[in-house]
Amino acid sequence: MSAPATPAQAAVAAEPPVHRASLRKRLVPYWLLLPGILWLLVFFVLPMIYQASTSVQTGSLEEGFQVTWHFQTYWDALTEYYPQFLRSLLYAGTATVLCLLLGYPLAYLIAFKAGRWRNLLLVLVIAPFFTSFLIRTLAWKTILADGGPVVGVLNTLHVLDVTSWLGMTQGDRVLATPLAVVCGLTYNFLPFMILPLYTSLERIDTRLHEAAGDLYARPSTTFRKVTFPLSMPGVVSGTLLTFIPASGDYVNAELLGSTDTRMIGNVIQSQYLRILDYPTAAALSFILMAIVLIMVTIYIRRAGTEDLV
Amino acid sequence: MRWLRRNLVVIFGLGTLAYMILPNVVVTVFSFNNPAGRFNYAWQEFSLDAWKDPCGVADLCGSLSLSLQIAVWATLGATVLGTAIAFALVRYRFRARGAVNSLIFLPMAMPEIVMAASLLALFLNMGIQLGFWTILIAHIMFCLSFVVAAVKARVLSMDPRLEEAARDLYAGPVQTFLRVTLPIAAPGIAAGALLSFALSFDDFIITNFNSGNTVTFPMFVWGSAQRGTPVQINVIGTAMFVIAVLVVLVGQMVGNRRKNAQPK
Amino acid sequence: MTDKTAGGDVRLAGISKHYGSFTAVHPLDLTIPQGSFFALLGASGCGKTTTLRMIAGLEEPSTGTVSLGEREVTHLPPYKRPVNTVFQSYALFPHLDIYENVAFGLRRRGIKSVKKQVEDMLELVELGQFAQRKPHQLSGGQQQRVAVARALVNHPQVLLLDEPLGALDLKLRRQMQLELKRIQTEVGITFVHVTHDQEEAMTMADTVAVMNGGRVEQLGAPAELYENPKTTFVANFLGTSNLIEAEVLEAGGSDVLVGSADARLRLPAARCSTTPTAGGKLLVGVRPEKISLVHAADEDTVAAGRNKVRGTISASSFIGVSTQYVIDSPVCPELEVYVQNIERDARLVPGAEVVLHWNPEHTFGLDAAQDIDAGIETVEEGA
Repeated sequence: MSAPATPAQAAVAAEPPVHRASLRKRLVPYWLLLPGILWLLVFFVLPMIYQASTSVQTGSLEEGFQVTWHFQTYWDALTEYYPQFLRSLLYAGTATVLCLLLGYPLAYLIAFKAGRWRNLLLVLVIAPFFTSFLIRTLAWKTILADGGPVVGVLNTLHVLDVTSWLGMTQGDRVLATPLAVVCGLTYNFLPFMILPLYTSLERIDTRLHEAAGDLYARPSTTFRKVTFPLSMPGVVSGTLLTFIPASGDYVNAELLGSTDTRMIGNVIQSQYLRILDYPTAAALSFILMAIVLIMVTIYIRRAGTEDLV
Repeated sequence: MRWLRRNLVVIFGLGTLAYMILPNVVVTVFSFNNPAGRFNYAWQEFSLDAWKDPCGVADLCGSLSLSLQIAVWATLGATVLGTAIAFALVRYRFRARGAVNSLIFLPMAMPEIVMAASLLALFLNMGIQLGFWTILIAHIMFCLSFVVAAVKARVLSMDPRLEEAARDLYAGPVQTFLRVTLPIAAPGIAAGALLSFALSFDDFIITNFNSGNTVTFPMFVWGSAQRGTPVQINVIGTAMFVIAVLVVLVGQMVGNRRKNAQPK
Repeated sequence: MTDKTAGGDVRLAGISKHYGSFTAVHPLDLTIPQGSFFALLGASGCGKTTTLRMIAGLEEPSTGTVSLGEREVTHLPPYKRPVNTVFQSYALFPHLDIYENVAFGLRRRGIKSVKKQVEDMLELVELGQFAQRKPHQLSGGQQQRVAVARALVNHPQVLLLDEPLGALDLKLRRQMQLELKRIQTEVGITFVHVTHDQEEAMTMADTVAVMNGGRVEQLGAPAELYENPKTTFVANFLGTSNLIEAEVLEAGGSDVLVGSADARLRLPAARCSTTPTAGGKLLVGVRPEKISLVHAADEDTVAAGRNKVRGTISASSFIGVSTQYVIDSPVCPELEVYVQNIERDARLVPGAEVVLHWNPEHTFGLDAAQDIDAGIETVEEGA
């Protein structure tokens, strides 16, 4: 139906009397779109333009800011804050991989093995949402507290020696280390990984597993050659729904981390809300946006799934 | 050993589930704590004080009711606007379709902080007072795309012949929409609305940038993480969790009963 | 809405439908008499469904007019037409129960007391006890009857059926064919039935229009179409035809004599769709069940005056009531012959030399300037 002339238009060409009714009909989609699109244009696109202009302004809070096309701000922001950028990408990337590794078995369990427990498990995955994520993140402060049971166990098993050597923890502390931040990010975005994974796994016809088995595939081969490829749409949208918000997050770094674990979100937040250096803050968030959009585009291209909305 | 290998997925899956549930358990347990200092991070002794007086902390319940208000209005706004867009996208051919699709997709593909910061840039430049209205505007904006996605999926799976059948059976355009299209699209619209409510109610980052001095519930929790965490936030967190689970379970039971009541 | 007094014929005058540069239906004139069971038969994409949708008002014709009786309805929306449709895969409203599905049209027309009519209609289709169920709780055949009831309860002037039996299995389809025919006789409403199944069209309809490539190839009663196809498409699409390319040897009399390889065949001039001229080409057709088969050793038992062709059996398949043979012959590499299993000749096995013979009256002639295989692949695709 993507032919240049729609059925309605073809009818118009041949039959003048129906012209007015058809015209009204053709305007219907635009009326439906108008309010929502206007909302997005004014409160999503226009702000981006304002932010773009802010990022090339100079001045101070007292004297006001002027647009001076000062692109130097971008370079300065990048050179000053590149460690935070790299850290953000590293933490978000690690959390995404962990989410996939942790989330896949659970999604698989719910989709294929849960039987009559399926709905209960789904509820348990979604229910934590209803307790504010800030409260739940604060709970990790208790769980990972110095000298607490979790740290004690990790210490006894010499796990902390390994993570310490990797630079993820310091001494026998977990709180205020990169490990705590990544752990919090992973925790916070796990449901966003599990739900799309579950949706795409659940659609798979279980007879395909039987067919693969019938055609001499061992269970592990069946998973590699049939199940996992078919769940790719879920993997792609799950990783995006995890990585994108994680890369801009500052809550976990603030609550569970220290000054050494500051992510780019923390920098943008403090530039905007405490230091009030608007041009730098605007430039930083544009750089973050550009990095994320470029990575997402490349990722979607490579994964070959375009239809995410 | 064999048993272990066969149930590896189950073991790992339940492990993940435990990881996801653990904080909720901690939140619940610590709602019965009687902490020594200002912070409720270490177990001291059992106490029901907080449960007896959940609003006993200044501004806590006020922030909760503000969050609920904003969530209700944001859900309403985003659901109406988003449903209209979803219908336009699925049911009509028009120019600029690709552009509209990208415009819907972008807010979902952008770190929240970028939208938060740019909205703040707009409000500052326009000299708009930050508060209830700026929060509501922002929430409708970022919930919109999720509603579109949910409704679109449902409408796409709907047989267009159902609407043709209605028109064939003497239902005009309005009747067709009210009696056939809307009831069938309802689960998608409900899903979008529910998602909006949850996203808006729990939103922190965008609200943090655009709230000025207005304090929503997540803002209150954030502030208390700096100043001292009252036990009451655990009480409210636990109560919401329990209410949500109960609502789902009751809904399930009613659904099952209705299904069983019908002759097969 | 019933308007039985006025002439209720459906008249299509020069209607056509284009989608951009694609023409789904070429300008078409068709009159469907009131009270008839009319079938539009063709392969998918032949324009039959588009034609039906133009009668329903779901598509607007690019040119031409649609009239019901004296009333022109070309630009009326579907909800203002006294026409109802039984949709392909039924399109029952999933959120309403059977009773409300059937009552839907009555309620939309503002009729207050629908109870009696709905219940009577559910009785007619034998679904009275299912009124409170939801569509997904019914079997395919039951859903199909609900779809019919939902349309018929409105007493439309015309009932349109879009592949109504396509989703049913073979046995149920047979049963529903008879059922629909019974209902049509009972209510006396004009039925316009779209199908790709030639057997279904021939069983149910009084008149069949065979469509191909957006045009009506031939229109007539089922037997007339079967016995006297006017094009190779109709000959191949309705049943099976053996088509032999032949040269006209004698023409002008009441019989035409043609030759192909060593065979000399006769056919009545009246059964030729073109006027044959001596020296010209003609496609000679005969249906497989009209042909008799004897072993070459018994050739002298064949009566004089019958059309005769020699060949070798290349394949045979036993069907039960009949045996189907494929004969390799100099006149045509794959002649099909169906022989009733009355007395089976044990010598008729693949490789046997045989003689085919049939009454010249059963032979028809077609214009040779057509694709001899038209309509063959589409049958297999449709089945």
